[in-house]
Amino acid sequence: MARPGRIRRIIAAPGFARVGVIVAMFAVWEIAARWFVDPLFLSPPSRVIASLGTVLRTPGVPAALQVTLLELSAAFALSVVIGLVVGLAVGLQSFSRRTFMPIVLLLYGIPQITILPLFILYFGIGPASKIAFGVSHGIFPIIVTVVAGVQNLKPILLLSARSMGAGRWQQLRWVIFPHMIPTLFTGMRLGMTGVLLGVLLAELYVSTAGIGYFTTLFTQNFDPTKLLGLIGMLATMAIVLNQVVRRTEEKFSKWQTP
Amino acid sequence: MKNRRAWHQGIASRLVQAAFLLGGLILWFLATTRWGVNQLLLPKPGIVLQNLADILASGEFVGDLLVTLTELAAAFVIATIAGTILGYAISRSRYAISVFEPLLSGIYAIPLILFLPLYVLFFGLGPASKIALGATISFFPIVLNTIAGFGQVERSLVKASHAMGASDYQLFRYVLLPAARPVILTGLRMGFTVALLAIIGSEAIASLAGLGHRIVHLSEGMETARMFAYIAFVVAIAVILNAVVSGLEARGRRP
Repeated sequence: MARPGRIRRIIAAPGFARVGVIVAMFAVWEIAARWFVDPLFLSPPSRVIASLGTVLRTPGVPAALQVTLLELSAAFALSVVIGLVVGLAVGLQSFSRRTFMPIVLLLYGIPQITILPLFILYFGIGPASKIAFGVSHGIFPIIVTVVAGVQNLKPILLLSARSMGAGRWQQLRWVIFPHMIPTLFTGMRLGMTGVLLGVLLAELYVSTAGIGYFTTLFTQNFDPTKLLGLIGMLATMAIVLNQVVRRTEEKFSKWQTP
Repeated sequence: MKNRRAWHQGIASRLVQAAFLLGGLILWFLATTRWGVNQLLLPKPGIVLQNLADILASGEFVGDLLVTLTELAAAFVIATIAGTILGYAISRSRYAISVFEPLLSGIYAIPLILFLPLYVLFFGLGPASKIALGATISFFPIVLNTIAGFGQVERSLVKASHAMGASDYQLFRYVLLPAARPVILTGLRMGFTVALLAIIGSEAIASLAGLGHRIVHLSEGMETARMFAYIAFVVAIAVILNAVVSGLEARGRRP
């Protein structure tokens, strides 16, 4: 009697049902692609997965994936550093916060996609423009969360640190930093989403060696198998990067709530 | 005394902001007139202004603006209908929420703009691919917020109204909807913003018409001054649209 109960519980678990939904979606896709849709436009997932090897062996694709990963990492690192510095500079004093925060929010609100051609014009069609465009998407969430994190700092902590003779650097290192870590990581997660969007947008817009070149190539060749394989790889890359940042966020935000 | 100091500080902030803006303009002016920065990279402010005036006066923007706005409206309506209905259906059972919510928020974290080449393959270069992509991208914040909105309604309220004999429609109209409305409206605003971004973005990458297409077209023709003017125009449109939507959201949130 115990066994069916356990099996039923496993089947009823949300995680199991979620896998079921994913499998069902793939099944629908497989059936639709195999029998109902023109193979010029959609290919079944089984063939896409089987072709992953061919995509990776296409000359230039591994290098392109590497270039894109490099652009993403560089843009993310730059966003975090610049965002942190600007966020601290803006957030630490109430006057500068009140003066510059509206400017930051104004810039944040502009749809940056409209100025993408300018980035190409100034930084060329190589990786530099992708990194710059990724940074322009990544820094604003980081600045905003850093400022919010500094603002939430209890003044009494700073006051007591100062009265015990802490210097400016010591205050930053031992009071402000530890208190900002949870919000900083939230900002980094949002920043990663922004960086992914910015870099991939710029890649798709114009690209000579990166991923964008190959998505255009596969689209123009009406080769949905390879296109889907490539998009799948990129999506996986995005998911992994997001998860890494999210895990780090969870790990570092624990200390405050023992 | 304190009020007065705050007031003084407010004035000082405004002054610094104005100085920043003015400084930027002066730098732009000096860079183009005195320091000889290439006109193809940075056109003179006066010429950009002339171009902007010309664009507004001649009305040549109307066609592209209509294309973009139509795509935006279609995408947003599709995403709103699909997102709210699906979100409501999922929010009806805790089990469904725990199955679908992580799945949807997982997909939401992927930059869906990646699928643009695929959409172009399916729907062609015309408006259809932009509408489809815009609808897909704005669907996710809408459905997630709808689930969150209806899912957070207190069970005791539902139980109480059932006990007092409310019909399903009355429950929805007088209990669920008012409680969920603020969260859903936030989702709709977020959906609108990302739909606008997705549509201008996909117009810039692969299209035949629209504001994004126009900017790219000018950039490829190296007509930088006119491109600057169009960028200013599109940014203004986007800011106005977002302000209108935020205003509507704030109005709708009031009980």
